[in-house]
Amino acid sequence: MGPVAAALGFVEPVLDFHALAPELVLAGVLVVLLVADLFFDERTRWASSTIAGTGLLLAALPVLTLAVAGDERAMFGGAFVVDDFALVLKGLFLLGGYVVVLLSVNYVGEGDYYEGEYYFMLLSALLGMILMASARDLITIFVALELLSLPAYLLAGWRKRDPKSNEAAVKYFLLGVFAAAVMLYGMSLVFGFTGTTVLADIGALLGGSPTAAPAVTFGIVLVLIGFAFKISAVPFHQWAPDTYEGAPTPVTAFLSVASKAAGFAAILQLVFVGFLGREDVWGPFFWVLAAATMTVGNLIALRQTNIVRMLAYSSVAQGGFMLVPLGVVGLNPEAAGSALSAVVTYLLIYAVMNLGAFAVVITVARKTRSGEIASYGGLFEYAPGLAVVMTVFLFSLAGIPPLAGWFAKLVVFRAVLDAGTAWAIVLGVITAVNAVIALFYYAAVAREMWMRPVPDDDRTPVSVPPSLGFALVLTVAGTLVLGVFPQLVARLGDLARFEALQAILTRL
Amino acid sequence: MLLNQFLILAAVLFCIGVYGVLARRNGVLVLMSIELILNAVIINLIAFGAMLGGESAVVASVFALFVIAVAAAEVGVGLAIVLMLYRNRQSIDVSDVDLMRG
Repeated sequence: MGPVAAALGFVEPVLDFHALAPELVLAGVLVVLLVADLFFDERTRWASSTIAGTGLLLAALPVLTLAVAGDERAMFGGAFVVDDFALVLKGLFLLGGYVVVLLSVNYVGEGDYYEGEYYFMLLSALLGMILMASARDLITIFVALELLSLPAYLLAGWRKRDPKSNEAAVKYFLLGVFAAAVMLYGMSLVFGFTGTTVLADIGALLGGSPTAAPAVTFGIVLVLIGFAFKISAVPFHQWAPDTYEGAPTPVTAFLSVASKAAGFAAILQLVFVGFLGREDVWGPFFWVLAAATMTVGNLIALRQTNIVRMLAYSSVAQGGFMLVPLGVVGLNPEAAGSALSAVVTYLLIYAVMNLGAFAVVITVARKTRSGEIASYGGLFEYAPGLAVVMTVFLFSLAGIPPLAGWFAKLVVFRAVLDAGTAWAIVLGVITAVNAVIALFYYAAVAREMWMRPVPDDDRTPVSVPPSLGFALVLTVAGTLVLGVFPQLVARLGDLARFEALQAILTRL
Repeated sequence: MLLNQFLILAAVLFCIGVYGVLARRNGVLVLMSIELILNAVIINLIAFGAMLGGESAVVASVFALFVIAVAAAEVGVGLAIVLMLYRNRQSIDVSDVDLMRG
């Protein structure tokens, strides 16, 4: 240690390389990808997708070994924590990212744009996401948020000569950066009144002696608004449909699943570790947000004619379902445990079925070159396999047993019943009505595929490249297995309860 | 202690920034308005750090440094996107960007 450090009383932090391994491996793969891309020519450039996919699976290995080791590891004064919650979400991000790479291989390979850079940015965003799963400190959350957002803005505008892709990037960037700035202003107020950035300490201060300073309330609201943009909750959703439609479709799949999950990871950590003493502020906030997001998302989805745009509004509405457990915790904090499991379980199931739906959309668009729902007419006649698979995903998104989606809805209702107050039941009724509305637009696509004639009588079969086929097999298997054996994912959802949460629950 | 004056300055900057983001149509001016909000954040952090003292002052400075560094990255990405827009449409008026609706 140097003399300056000694004079300042600097203590060298203890580095636990095992706990950091997923991030370190992914960062290493990023560097390899960037350098290797320099040596690829036209014939060998497909290799960057192989490096990216293998790298993501390599980074998932330490997640497994950490799960086997099973102990909670905290570093940097509690700013970086590896617990079961973090591991479940890291697994979700890395495997979801792997499926996105599978979806991208042909789309990117057959496009006219750079390939190495695409995977580099995809992996950078994923690095930010797995960091977010462990971030338990305002500064770390902010850095992780920017690390996952900045590459995502560029990915949305990846087709840089396509005006629609430009528009997607501009809208996503301006609203995303604005939301991040508003969130930071809120963080600065929360920091000012608590004197710390570590969430556990903030939670102890806010929960122990209730600080009713209006500035703290304002700060908490601003921070949550910042993340409401990230998860495209109404009324902060305006960027989502345009960005989803204009961005390259594999990027849309990535944003609607991984980016949304990262936003929820941050919200769960902030709410259940940092702000649990202030449910009087965020409880009503999430209640209103959940009701508005489900209802508006579903009603606008009903009149969409473009399938990607329809899935965009469906993803907004699904985000509303995930907010319901947070809305009811504010009414009855004793439901905190089941609410946390419900959100994580919903995220896992939603990731599988939504990535699957996008895999079908990308595969069908290879033949029809169109995103209109009308172009799915008669799909069953010339591509029966794809039509069946798409129906599975759509009905799973609608929540019909025995597909995985029903269990996601079930855990949400269980959280509502655990809270059990009158307002919680009201929110439960709104959720149930919305689940019925959603069935209409999912079923409309299914009707198009099974009962309508082929639009231009072009019955040549749809070719399914191996990578897309593999992605479809993975997601269909996931949707069916999790629907029949939901205890697999329920176990993960229950694991994901924070240690800190247990302490707070015993206090109640 | 001058804390209130700093906080009021930051709040005024924040409001100007939010107004600019909502009212301006020029892409570069929207970016500048976002920078104003970030500067309000930095002033807030440093003022709170100076008031709290001790370890909090260090944390506040580190936070402020991260905000400055990330803001630079944001502007880099933002200008690239605005430039891409200009190449395709010869305009950086963000209210013209409305190909998709509904």
